[in-house]
Amino acid sequence: MKLMHRLTAAIGARRAWMCFPLLTLAATAAMGGDAFAPSPQREQKLVRMVRQDCGSCHGLQLTGGLGPALTPAALRAWSADNLAATILHGRPGTPMPPWSTLVSADEAEWIARRLLEGFPQEGTVVR
Amino acid sequence: MNALRLLVIVTALVLSGCASSPPAGTGDLGVVIERANGTVAVINTTDRRIVGEVAGLGDLSHASVVFSRDGLFAYVFGRDGALSKVNVLTRRIEIRTQQAGNSIGGAISQDGRYVAAQNYVPGGVKIFDARTLALVADVPAVVDGKPSRVVGLADVPGGRFVFSLFDAGQIWLVDMQAGPDPAHPKVTRFPDAGKQPYDGLVTPNGRYYVAGLFGEDGLALIDLWDETPSVRKVLSGYGRGEAPLPVFKMPHLRGWAIAGRYAYLPAVGRHEVLVVDTETWSEVDRIAVAGQPVFVIARPDGRQVWVNFAVPDYDRVQVIDTVCHQVVRTLEPGAAVLHMEFTPRGEAVWISSRDAHRVSVFDTEHFATLGVLDLPSPSGVFFTARAARIGF
Repeated sequence: MKLMHRLTAAIGARRAWMCFPLLTLAATAAMGGDAFAPSPQREQKLVRMVRQDCGSCHGLQLTGGLGPALTPAALRAWSADNLAATILHGRPGTPMPPWSTLVSADEAEWIARRLLEGFPQEGTVVR
Repeated sequence: MNALRLLVIVTALVLSGCASSPPAGTGDLGVVIERANGTVAVINTTDRRIVGEVAGLGDLSHASVVFSRDGLFAYVFGRDGALSKVNVLTRRIEIRTQQAGNSIGGAISQDGRYVAAQNYVPGGVKIFDARTLALVADVPAVVDGKPSRVVGLADVPGGRFVFSLFDAGQIWLVDMQAGPDPAHPKVTRFPDAGKQPYDGLVTPNGRYYVAGLFGEDGLALIDLWDETPSVRKVLSGYGRGEAPLPVFKMPHLRGWAIAGRYAYLPAVGRHEVLVVDTETWSEVDRIAVAGQPVFVIARPDGRQVWVNFAVPDYDRVQVIDTVCHQVVRTLEPGAAVLHMEFTPRGEAVWISSRDAHRVSVFDTEHFATLGVLDLPSPSGVFFTARAARIGF
């Protein structure tokens, strides 16, 4: 099992590396804005997902829990690319799972950028 | 002038007398966490209605609750490290203390005198006087100079608390009655309990403490009835060497998943519930379910076990029959099911659906919907009957 785990991790890391130049290009193209923007409905879903589902480990306010804090101050040392790769492929050896079956690479990049600038709050809760 | 003053006082007394409500018990009350807006709803399980709300409780993501033994006070542990003592009849916050930076839950002692909080930041356990919330003892979970996040805190008989250290892979037992001074309780440390314990449970008889391990296939077990308790590893290698599936939410063990002589436990990284014989602590069966199990909870009589799941399979709840060890029902109570709580004798179960913004009440015999309560982003559901149960 451990071997498989490591193998998956290695493949994950390799994929992340292969993504790197592409993501960098996207970032350059997006100076001052994003190359990719989810639809308003999807955006709402992503914001809720990060706040609520990621929040079950990282906290609703993203101030940390079992997972580390995801506030801009806490993420100072992180690039958007590395964050996006972590979202997609997880962190082997920790409880952080790979989310690539639930978000696309573009969406992971979008989430990473929002985290670095201070993640948006959810819209008013509908009763 | 004096007569007028007397009249005012008498009138006020009469009016206040009329306004006071008749004496009420709390046995059919409970609270539901509204995780997104720092509020708990007080509910009545007989009338199946919301009787009121208590706001101003801070960050309630992953909030949990224990009850005083008279069932009057709910101790609410907030993610932001605040501990609040809420009167469920008056629906007022009696005391609120900022006890840590990041907290994950708590427990109340067997005799009801102490409330303990388990913390991530700073890692450790703080023990408070249940009446005043004054700090009694501080137990930092520091191993080799490094603080550890604490999980799986539970009360055990003999005035003790037991908990697991996620980072250090240890289990600690704190005895509030061993010494003359509760400020310096006796701490027994069990090193090498296993890699990354993620939660723990105490069996209904208070005999066994079981910690689930995230970092390895297996569980850590302590028999607290032993003269010199020790940790042993059980169910090692239940993953059978297969690569684990992603775990999108950490399973929870808190509460009982014990029905008769069998324990029903979530497999980590597998869409299965493990059935374990608590006489031998060996696996007797495994039951395929709809996703990564999060809560696996036995109905109080032990005839059924209800299971909910991690994202993306969290719109469903499955019911396992404990006689035939099979899933006998799959329910869809609403998007993002986070928690389930049985009424004290188990005729009904309350299920929170975070994204459907409702709590649904099901009849556990025929699975009919008995009621639906609209609440914003509900998570934990806690009934006052927990006050009388070990490990709650």
